[in-house]
Amino acid sequence: MSADRRDFLVRLMQGATLASTGGLGWAYLLRQEARAQPFALRPPGALPGDDFNAACIKCGQCVVACPFDTLKLEPAGGNLPIGMPFFEPRQIPCYLCPTIPCMKACPTGALSPKLKDINDSRMGLAVIDTENCLSWKGLRCEICHRECPIKGKAITLETHPRQISKHAMFIPVVHSNACTGCGICVRACPTTEPAIRILPHALIQGKIGDHYRLGWTREDSITQEFDASGAAPTISAPTNAPSGPVKGKATDYLNEGL
Amino acid sequence: MSHPAPSGLAARLWQWRYILLRRVSQFIILLLFFGTVHWGWEVAKDVPLLSGNLSGSKFIGLIPMADPFAALQIFLAGHVLQTEAILGAAIVLGFYILVGGRVFCAWACPVNPVTDLAGWLRTRFDIRPTFILPRNTRYFVLVLTLILSVLTGVAAFEWVSPVGMMHREIIFGLGFGAAVLLAIFLFDLFILKHGWCGHLCPLGAFWSVVGKVNPTLRVRFDKTTCTHCGECAKVCPEPQVLNLKLLEEKGFVFSGECSNCGRCTPVCPENSLVFDFKPLIRAHNAQAQGSVSVSETQRRV
Repeated sequence: MSADRRDFLVRLMQGATLASTGGLGWAYLLRQEARAQPFALRPPGALPGDDFNAACIKCGQCVVACPFDTLKLEPAGGNLPIGMPFFEPRQIPCYLCPTIPCMKACPTGALSPKLKDINDSRMGLAVIDTENCLSWKGLRCEICHRECPIKGKAITLETHPRQISKHAMFIPVVHSNACTGCGICVRACPTTEPAIRILPHALIQGKIGDHYRLGWTREDSITQEFDASGAAPTISAPTNAPSGPVKGKATDYLNEGL
Repeated sequence: MSHPAPSGLAARLWQWRYILLRRVSQFIILLLFFGTVHWGWEVAKDVPLLSGNLSGSKFIGLIPMADPFAALQIFLAGHVLQTEAILGAAIVLGFYILVGGRVFCAWACPVNPVTDLAGWLRTRFDIRPTFILPRNTRYFVLVLTLILSVLTGVAAFEWVSPVGMMHREIIFGLGFGAAVLLAIFLFDLFILKHGWCGHLCPLGAFWSVVGKVNPTLRVRFDKTTCTHCGECAKVCPEPQVLNLKLLEEKGFVFSGECSNCGRCTPVCPENSLVFDFKPLIRAHNAQAQGSVSVSETQRRV
């Protein structure tokens, strides 16, 4: 191997090593920054999680467009990803402008123009701390319900009668199919620390899975042939031949041989 | 040959004309953004004057602008940009192709005054470099930015950019970016002269690549009057662009790394370095050379 070629290869390796170690540190930093994003409450129409991280150019035009000064840009070194628009509902909630000016100001599509109706936005979901909610304690509060811009849908009241000489409990219940996560309830909550909070859906929402069937919500008979492949169950006529996998109604199956 | 020492305020200001103009330009850009956010500057009702920041903005609610380097990173991170951002990036890219890529660095970038101050202090107190770094390191950082954008799924430089931090935090509220700026200032002052802008910044590297095709404004070099005194290279933040041998061939400062900052033009005692419209440079130099050869033949006669 000639000296020139050896020198070239060594230099190549030196450069590659510098670039990869530097790149590794840099990538770690980026990952740490991006990791903070599950806690952020973002403007209406924001793309989900990583897609938003990729798309947002951190220009702050949504912040300028917001007429209520709700939106802020996270500075470097904060708890949220650098330069991200976010809001803190206890300070200033989103007042759900019907024209969605923040989304219209976004040049990149990080706030998706697919959002046509502000009431379809899902910035987060309200959750109630039932231990500290005044209504749950038996007081007449229900401020969150009254302040909710989609009251009756996003927050409903359940009445629970109590014994004589106590009025019924009026308990606010949040419904995820209507709650936009605007945070107006959080702003309005009269407790010292709000007993209702907005959290990103991923942090609080569970998922029951497809294998649960709520019998009382179904019109067809509960037990049918079970298809492990997960295909939608079909109702088949009961058969009298017990050969092969057992089919038919549970009563038939249990009564077999009697 | 002797350097005319500037006397009086007017002469001094004239000597500093490009530095002053650059500071005014940098300040006005920041002010327009700042005023739009904090004082609600509008051209009409609900039409903000200049909304956003250097990453992306909208002028008088009409002209979108976007940082083409940021747009490129976002595209590589896996997001197809909306028309507005693509149009904005094209407008900004087109502008800097016309006037010179690194005109951004010298005339718009908010970090430039910080690093300029560090460079000036460094010259003044004659601080020696801690180590030497090749000037082309920035191109490796540039390539690394693009690769990391693909790998991590976020715009790799935008997420750590001191340029973005400074601009954003002046306009939208302070944070840790101020400490990063201080770090850059100290790095430039004590570790490496022109360390950030001249060696590392991938945004500057991006604009250097763009600046290769500058068809309009360039510093003209007149080899017939140049005495190789070296005053220009002393003040130039990118002295490698003033390689006089190559300049004699080309007749102007051709490197994309030249930021058209104009520092060299007032210090040249012979006025050999002057801003000129690029298509006129060749004709001017040919004429200058012609007159020299004419005077030489006359002398011989």
